Amino acid sequence: MATDDIYILGITMTQFGKHKDKDVLDLATEAALGALKDGGVSMKDMGVLAAGNLMGGARPIAQEIQKQIGQTGIPAYNVSNACATGATALRVAYLTVKSGEADFGIAVGVEKLAGVGLLAGGARKEDGDTWQRSGRYGAVAPVDGRIGTDTMPGVFAQIGMEYGHRYGGANFELFAQISEKNHSHSTLNPLAAYTKKMTLEEIMGDIMIAYPNTRPMCSANCDGAAAAVVVSGSKLRTLSKEQQRRAVKISASILTSDPYQEACQVLPDVNTLTRMAAKQAYEKAGIGPDDLDLVELHDCFATAELVHYDNLMLCPEGGAVDFFKSGATWRTGKMPVNVSGGLESKGHPIAATGIANIWEICHHLRGEAGDRQIQGAKVGLAHVIGLGSACGVHILEKSAA
Amino acid sequence: MAEKKAEQIPFVDYLKLGDKPHLVANECTACGARFFDRRSACAKCSNTTFKPAPVATEGILRTFTIVAFAAPGIPVPFVSGVVDCAGTSVRANIVNCPADPRHVTTGMKVRLTTYPIGTDAKGTEAINFGFEPIA
Repeated sequence: MATDDIYILGITMTQFGKHKDKDVLDLATEAALGALKDGGVSMKDMGVLAAGNLMGGARPIAQEIQKQIGQTGIPAYNVSNACATGATALRVAYLTVKSGEADFGIAVGVEKLAGVGLLAGGARKEDGDTWQRSGRYGAVAPVDGRIGTDTMPGVFAQIGMEYGHRYGGANFELFAQISEKNHSHSTLNPLAAYTKKMTLEEIMGDIMIAYPNTRPMCSANCDGAAAAVVVSGSKLRTLSKEQQRRAVKISASILTSDPYQEACQVLPDVNTLTRMAAKQAYEKAGIGPDDLDLVELHDCFATAELVHYDNLMLCPEGGAVDFFKSGATWRTGKMPVNVSGGLESKGHPIAATGIANIWEICHHLRGEAGDRQIQGAKVGLAHVIGLGSACGVHILEKSAA
Repeated sequence: MAEKKAEQIPFVDYLKLGDKPHLVANECTACGARFFDRRSACAKCSNTTFKPAPVATEGILRTFTIVAFAAPGIPVPFVSGVVDCAGTSVRANIVNCPADPRHVTTGMKVRLTTYPIGTDAKGTEAINFGFEPIA
């Protein structure tokens, strides 16, 4: 192993779902202690901690975690980057180790979201007694529902429908089929929030949230945490053979933000920054999409999964509909996507998501995924989008040791 | 005695009322990028000067969703979409049209229309914009 490579030494995700008796710190520390144990190291070894809890606002979650598992005086970063928070925390730990400032680092993402409704556009201020201009648009009253929608199911519905407009073939039924795939995959994932197989009829007949996204086509709000310990290649060489065997190489760790595009001020552009991140990741890792054995991508809505097949270059440009129809992205296909069940069934505890998707990949690369193991998996890609926007792409490779 | 006509104001700064209601964007004087909100500098080229630019009032519906679940107080279902107005993308509701996928399709031609959203305590009526199908 090259000494300047960075590896995931230990990684964990908690059960996703409803944790009535556990608070944010219980979940975060369960994940953090789990990742340390998985890596055979302790808090005393860590040179950096980065943590995120998006709904916690200004809460210093990293230091709060330290107070539960070890106040060792190391730099602690509180990270917030929308749904890419977990991936960003991991990247902070990665960069610190890469810079040589630390041999080990740990990243934690945690969220308590079970039962929470719409995360944006869930409440609208009442109109005032008199019209008064405010904000950068000079609106005299709240705009949500009057000039388009602020809700995420609605925003991502438009992102999927736009792809359909541009290339054709994407309709309600096709998007529902994507959801059918992910719900089917979830039956093999004991840590998923929802593990119920759903028929196409059940999905299409469920409550409509924002056409064409029905409820099961939306990511599930839930509680959960995930954590990862990273280590430098040079340090890994001094660890046990078993630690070296289970270590997963981070062949690329990329973070991008959304570059200017004509329409991005009216509808967030999740395409350009994802394509940029994927391109950079493939170049950095020296591999192409065809080399991937599995992909976990950000299916916050069924309509989003379709566009990311294209953005991650898993298919020819404009070819995502045919690519999906070929069966490629089912776990039995040539490019399994979201074998975890994806955000639609595994759940989406926001800040945990960008580490949990990496856990899923690592689980397969280590050959520890049990019933849902993708046989012989050597390379995987994890993708996450935080609206605003941020995109994290990590390419992971099975250890050569 | 004639009833006093309510004073009308546009719902947002970038809507201009009058005989021919239309939207006005802030156009970057260097690169031509258009913004509906107030910007410190251009997001495309970082230039700091803008000029007002009228936006075409007809366009093509590039994408849409039919929102069935929204914040309390927002009437549903409603159609939210992005209209390509001769190269300038506009976010708006699609109005004067049933909110179902049989009547709303991407690629359909739409035009700007205005409608009142309410009258405040001073008797001022706020006028919003939407886009309606061109029959």
